[in-house]
Amino acid sequence: MNIYGDWGNALVLQQRLRWHGYTPELLEYNVGDEFPADVDLIVGGGGQDSGQLVIQDDLLSRESTLKELAEDGTPMLLICGLYQLFGRFFKTRTGAVIPGIGVLDVETHGTDERLIGNVTVSSTEFGDILGYENHSGQTTLGPGVKPLGTTPKGTGNNSSDGKEGARYRNIVASYLHGSLLPKNPAIADFLIRTAVERKYGSFTPGAPDDHFAVLAREHAARRPR
Amino acid sequence: MLYFSVPLGKLVRRVSRLRGGGSALPGLVVEKIDPGFMERTLSTLPLGVAVVSGTNGKTTTTKMVVELLESQGLKVFTNRTGSNFTRGVAAALLGDVDWRGRLDADIAVLELDEAHAVHFVNRVPPRYSLLLNVLRDQLDRFGEIDKTAQLLQHIASKTTGTVVLNREDPRVARIADTLDGPEVRYFGLDDSLLSTFPNDDDLRAGPGSPVPALPAKPHADVVLRRVGTEDADFEYDGATVTTGMKLRGVYNIFNAAAALVLARCVAGNGTTATDHGGLLKALSQVAPAFGRGESVVVDGLPLDLVLVKNPSGFRLGLKSFSAAGYATMVAINDNYADGRDMSWLWDVEFDSLREGGVDQVTGSRAYDMALRLQYDDVAVGAVNPEIAPALATFIKGAKDKPKRVFCTYTAMLAIRRELSKITTVEVVS
Repeated sequence: MNIYGDWGNALVLQQRLRWHGYTPELLEYNVGDEFPADVDLIVGGGGQDSGQLVIQDDLLSRESTLKELAEDGTPMLLICGLYQLFGRFFKTRTGAVIPGIGVLDVETHGTDERLIGNVTVSSTEFGDILGYENHSGQTTLGPGVKPLGTTPKGTGNNSSDGKEGARYRNIVASYLHGSLLPKNPAIADFLIRTAVERKYGSFTPGAPDDHFAVLAREHAARRPR
Repeated sequence: MLYFSVPLGKLVRRVSRLRGGGSALPGLVVEKIDPGFMERTLSTLPLGVAVVSGTNGKTTTTKMVVELLESQGLKVFTNRTGSNFTRGVAAALLGDVDWRGRLDADIAVLELDEAHAVHFVNRVPPRYSLLLNVLRDQLDRFGEIDKTAQLLQHIASKTTGTVVLNREDPRVARIADTLDGPEVRYFGLDDSLLSTFPNDDDLRAGPGSPVPALPAKPHADVVLRRVGTEDADFEYDGATVTTGMKLRGVYNIFNAAAALVLARCVAGNGTTATDHGGLLKALSQVAPAFGRGESVVVDGLPLDLVLVKNPSGFRLGLKSFSAAGYATMVAINDNYADGRDMSWLWDVEFDSLREGGVDQVTGSRAYDMALRLQYDDVAVGAVNPEIAPALATFIKGAKDKPKRVFCTYTAMLAIRRELSKITTVEVVS
């Protein structure tokens, strides 16, 4: 499940960890792989709707492991397709139900409407989050999760409630694909700080040079939808 | 109606060209006053219509097919301006028909945008279609690449004679399973070259790739076996032939295999016997379509334009051209024709630019591009979203070096406009 540039998120986490003075080890997990024993941070991407069908059995077989990690406070970034499948279910346009693993109290319904375009998410935790969405599934949040933020620009989780993404324990879930972390270093550093504190007890940040990120954010904020 | 629509359309064409206007307006006019014009005119061609589509490489591949067929003595009509919508085809026809609406050609070879091709083939079922690839471009238009594949499938399903498919692109190759009318032919790639063509699924996928591999590869009429610096090996009819190539870039040369398959199908069905020597000679002389791997001379040194539209293409561009000794500029725009979503830049590795760095970054997404390079530890000289001053700074700063510019489509157009002020740039119209 990685077809929309979500690799950038893994790349940004690795490089920022180095800039903060740590040495990251990246483990890639694909369908059928052995699940790594010692995981500090999980990143999941998006893909075609058809890709969700391909991974669903494998994901369901990891349900208890991923739930334990989530409840224990492991930081996770879940984008688009995996955001949907970490919820309770994805009901497609044709009425077929793809069961999710229920880590997040959310449900998703496939629609004929495609939500595509630039998004600004207003978040009390991370400030303005800038990104791009492209999805036809519409997600609604249950009482067990909070939204990541509201959407002054763009659509977000669904076309009715003006909310985007989900926050639960140390999980950040969002429809903003691909370039979420590069232009939103505050979220990257939240995930890193949480992972490092859980592993070593404390986190001393370095001083990454974010001037291109600031310029890219300013520019994105001015772009039309 | 029939008798005055063509002269009127031709008149509009002349006037709009005098005004320096776009190529589609005369097409729009003739479509309005004579809606059957395009179908009627194309239906007179003895060898019918061949459609070239896919997300990438249409323009250069169409040019190759045209030149290969011309080498066989065929008269070919094509939409040379790259106006690849139905209206653009009608406009191009107006330029080529005589005042009575007759088209003097054996076959039409048309580049069609994948979405517009669907409307075109509903009106004019092609005798041949050549489907190149389904890459991640323009997801903002189509939503998912599976949707793009469906558009190509529709073109194939309307084809009456032969469909030529890319054996190495699973989304294209699988179109064959849905067809029972047309004959299917393939072009293919040697296993040793496969790694240079990662498709969107393979970019990051392990063994659990969402697109299952085909059980067995079908036979390909033409297989690209090897790419050298100025030549290439193609295998067909059980033998391998080496030919010089003016085209650069593995992707262009792979598309040459595609063009060969289509040209051989057409020529084989045509009135003239296939002249293999002539085909190869024509292939070796094909120059890139404008802006695609084009090279111009600035301050006595080459400046190469490399068009990049998706992660595979950008990766191939970086792989095909060594950065050593070159000054580099990257120009990324996110206009409609480029695709609005540039997150794919994160699926390109820029390590090969690390040693020399990038001298100048420009375009509407210059800061995103600079940020991307920063995360790959590539030093960035200067960043300026405005293309004209950025290009001037780049050329001034790298006076004694050959230059290479990686650019998205509309950035390429802007750069060509600026370059034409200081040097001679080939004009195609």
